[in-house]
Amino acid sequence: MLTVASLTRSQLQTRLAGHGLAVRTGPFTSLIRSPIAYIADGIALLYGDYPLEDAQGFADFHVHLRRSGGVRRWYRPQVHFDVDGLVPFEPLPEAHAFPMLEWALNWCISTRAHAFLMIHAAVVERNGLAVMLPAPPGSGKSTLCAALVSRGWRLLSDELALFRPHDGALVPVPRPVSLKNRSIEVIRDFAPDAVLSQPVSNTTKGTVAHLKAPSASVARAHETTRAAWIVFPKYEAGAATELTPIARARAFLRVADNAFNYSQLGALGFDTLAGIIEQCDSYDFRYSDLDQAMEAFAALEPPR
Amino acid sequence: MTHLPLLVRALRDPAQTAGFTLADWDLVLRQATSANLTPMLLALIEEHGLLAQVPQQARAHFEWVRILATRHRQAVRFEVACILEALQPTGVPLLLLKGAAYTMAGLRAGAGRLFSDIDIMVPKARLDDVESALMLHGWVSTHHDAYDQRYYRQWMHELPPMQNMRRGSSIDVHHAIVPETMAVRPDPQRLRAAARPVADHPGLATLAPCDMVLHSAVHLFFDGEFDKGLRDLLDLHRLLGEFGAQPGFWETLPVRAAELELGRPLFYALRYAALLLGTPVPPAVQQAVQAFRPNPALLWLMDRLFGRALLPAHASCQDALTAPARFALYVRGNWLRMPPLLLARHLFHKAFLTPRTAD
Repeated sequence: MLTVASLTRSQLQTRLAGHGLAVRTGPFTSLIRSPIAYIADGIALLYGDYPLEDAQGFADFHVHLRRSGGVRRWYRPQVHFDVDGLVPFEPLPEAHAFPMLEWALNWCISTRAHAFLMIHAAVVERNGLAVMLPAPPGSGKSTLCAALVSRGWRLLSDELALFRPHDGALVPVPRPVSLKNRSIEVIRDFAPDAVLSQPVSNTTKGTVAHLKAPSASVARAHETTRAAWIVFPKYEAGAATELTPIARARAFLRVADNAFNYSQLGALGFDTLAGIIEQCDSYDFRYSDLDQAMEAFAALEPPR
Repeated sequence: MTHLPLLVRALRDPAQTAGFTLADWDLVLRQATSANLTPMLLALIEEHGLLAQVPQQARAHFEWVRILATRHRQAVRFEVACILEALQPTGVPLLLLKGAAYTMAGLRAGAGRLFSDIDIMVPKARLDDVESALMLHGWVSTHHDAYDQRYYRQWMHELPPMQNMRRGSSIDVHHAIVPETMAVRPDPQRLRAAARPVADHPGLATLAPCDMVLHSAVHLFFDGEFDKGLRDLLDLHRLLGEFGAQPGFWETLPVRAAELELGRPLFYALRYAALLLGTPVPPAVQQAVQAFRPNPALLWLMDRLFGRALLPAHASCQDALTAPARFALYVRGNWLRMPPLLLARHLFHKAFLTPRTAD
């Protein structure tokens, strides 16, 4: 199986600017087209381990990022994104091209892949048991996720928990972990070997950098797993590490609140989520110290 | 029109999909997504028992939209039940139009059809009662600009769209099927008198089969917006296919079109449904609608315009003349909608007087 790393930098650039680069991430193949160097840089740095697919074959998502024309080509150049002609977002400054690609791919999955119950959550796994970390932005979900995967947990996703309704299995879609603002420094200190993309400042989410997904997680992208714990993280400066159990009914509503397509799935969504809640222990988790947080996760007892 | 897009070929003859390569599936699904027709393509493929032959990658996309189509059908049923309840005190019968009618009547045209609002028709004299009843049940008017309000209430064939405050669902309340300002005036009283009850749904009615086809035709061919053009042509194809099997339907259709002054849209509907989707039309009916045919020069032009605007709005289905064709039809739609002086006044107001921040 060929991976993106088998291409030279110039082959990569040629493909992206031409027919496109077909990359497989978990269950999805995305055909990415873009002449923008930031995109080629980001892909070369963070997507080396991913399988290459035939660019003339079948792709789930056709994403295209192009530079603006006219005066904008020179004055404050912008990047425009479309999914096969459909334009869901406003253009952004060209320097934001790579984060935009990541948001675009998330958007494609979360608005289309209704074969899954999709929760806005990070998911990591160890010894066949997965932790789902659903949380609104700013809760420290991605920081915690990045720290856990740099300490041996397998990355399933930083953004999208995909549950298969018929058996409740979690389907991995391991992609780079998006770190914002101070988290970037925190993770650099915590995991000095981590591969991070060049931070991009002044995005709508502040300064953003992406952490490369561990090669072992990408290699195991076809292996589904089961959720054992649901942990709602909350970073609070100076807070003691604290894991508080949550009642199932409450956990159900809070997960549903973070779902992309709970209502579209109707009764199937309810049944799927009820099954997940039933098999998991759910906690609120307050933390400020990452090392202590790692210990708390390592000590999680499998649900009975 | 000799080289039809893959999606049109698949809709025309679903059996052709059995020979599709993976790259063909890639393209047909992209065209279907841009035309919002993936669930309808799925419905056709399933009717022909062909789903098992679809490669797994493409079938995944069909399963994604199946979820949306199922949810949509459920939401429409719920919404219609809410409207029925809201209208009950007024005693006005609930006559459904277009998508909601196809879905509730269980017509093949409703299978996998996604639409954003529910269209109903009530007598003009009862508009106020209906509007009040809907307001009491949470629907509110969406166009607050005084000019827009007058535009709808004085010139159009419907109230300004109403939206439910809690559910966000929309309803269009019509009293006729074409604007008041249009040159042709199909009599709403005649349409209502011929309406049919919906089996197993007490209190619901739809237009009679011929009227349903004529409404679909006038909606598609006298309007200016063609972003849903192929979907609406497929409606006609499916309605004609289903009703065509009923005794008397084909004989009545041209007669009814003449009665309702809708001969021209019927001519176009039969012509383009047959050209693009291969809809079978009996020779006698072909002959009968020749009376509604435009002059040869106009028909030549319309073939070029509709031949482009009715294709999916996808890059693979467009040529250099697609955008001009769509624009020309947009202008034509407005031209048909209002007499020239009123149209000039309306466009002037929209261009220079309507506040940009309205809505």
